[in-house]
Amino acid sequence: MGLTPRPGDDVVSYNPGSQESFMTTRLDFLVNWSRANSLWPMPFGTACCAIEFMASAASKFDLARFGMERMSFSPRQADVLICAGRVPFKLAPVIRRIYQQMMQPKWVISMGACASTGGMFDNYAVVQGIDTIIPVDVYVPGCPPRPEGLMYGIMMLQKKIKNERAADTSLRDEMEPDPKSQLYIPPTAIDELSEPFGNAVHQTRSGL
Amino acid sequence: MTAPFTPVLAGSAASGDAPASPRNVPHRGGPENPSAAALRAQFAGAIQRVDVVWNETTVYVQVSRVHDIIAWLATDAEQQYNYLSDVTAVEYRDGEQPLQVVWHLRSLPFRRFLRIKVELAPGAALEVPSVWDVYKAADWLERECFDMFGITFSGHPDLRRILMWEQYREGYPLRKDFPLRGRFSRSEQLRQALAANPEARYSMEELSIVDAFDELPADMRARVKSGERTGE
Repeated sequence: MGLTPRPGDDVVSYNPGSQESFMTTRLDFLVNWSRANSLWPMPFGTACCAIEFMASAASKFDLARFGMERMSFSPRQADVLICAGRVPFKLAPVIRRIYQQMMQPKWVISMGACASTGGMFDNYAVVQGIDTIIPVDVYVPGCPPRPEGLMYGIMMLQKKIKNERAADTSLRDEMEPDPKSQLYIPPTAIDELSEPFGNAVHQTRSGL
Repeated sequence: MTAPFTPVLAGSAASGDAPASPRNVPHRGGPENPSAAALRAQFAGAIQRVDVVWNETTVYVQVSRVHDIIAWLATDAEQQYNYLSDVTAVEYRDGEQPLQVVWHLRSLPFRRFLRIKVELAPGAALEVPSVWDVYKAADWLERECFDMFGITFSGHPDLRRILMWEQYREGYPLRKDFPLRGRFSRSEQLRQALAANPEARYSMEELSIVDAFDELPADMRARVKSGERTGE
């Protein structure tokens, strides 16, 4: 192809043989590439993970490299909900409402041990993992995770987005919770997810 | 050449006045807060006993007189306990031990700290008088104590839950008979939590709706008048 001398400003030319300004690609690739590289996060910071999240967004770790410099404090202009910190039961309907207010396409990152599993707060007040309230795409472990950890999670999410198919509309279907219980997943699954593991002390409950 | 640095020693750091530290403060039996003697003189029958632990004086008083005692401590010119720093309760794992309600009082002019305790015997009603009319700070402190321990503060203007949501039905979390994970299963807890309307979390008073009573539409006026709290 080679370089051609640049014509003068007053010359309008169209030379189909010169393909410098064209490229061919799959539409999926183009859409996913643009989506993955301009994820606007909705920060839902409730605890110390939010401090690490702020560090990730600040100049040293610079989330702007991933197209995420624009924190979206309105869920309607957000693409990815980053839940950083423990979520008490009192906040459960709030995060559910925020997730439902976000526009498709939307993704969720659960940052840290508490958001993912309840962490050390295996008690009466804390939700045992936000995946019992909203669907989660990427879990970032750590207590709290370092900014590098969060960025690795973000890159995993970008990889996931880049593998999506635009033709598969089921990805964009809004999940409707069960109208009676307002739960996405069956109660038995929630109870099983919330069971303590490791060396947590087993307690007796009064049932219900 | 610079002059040698000489620190200014004042207060408890001055020579001859050893700073209060666990080394030179007796665990029990240190000097009593002068207010304890004044209380004994003023409310002879109502003072049950006085403990001094780590130089902090605890006065155990009768439930029926605790409001008078705290009001007197707050207003008396020789005491001036003008700062209520905490209201809380203590329950021991030993079921024989009484449940204690604790008031932490501080006198800023006299630099004194006094702890008032009331003992509620097992089986007795969990009810103590509110000191809200003495200290406005008691408002939220007593609500928290009510929320966590289920202690009723009679005379409190707005005694309802403050940390847990108002529809919380599992009991009082800091009581010893409360299981750490709550009484209901996780799915039931989540179902109840999600059933709440996040925008109905605040009472009419907190949203300043009551302040605008005269300008409210008729249906809202009726709702406020009927004592509706959570907007549900």
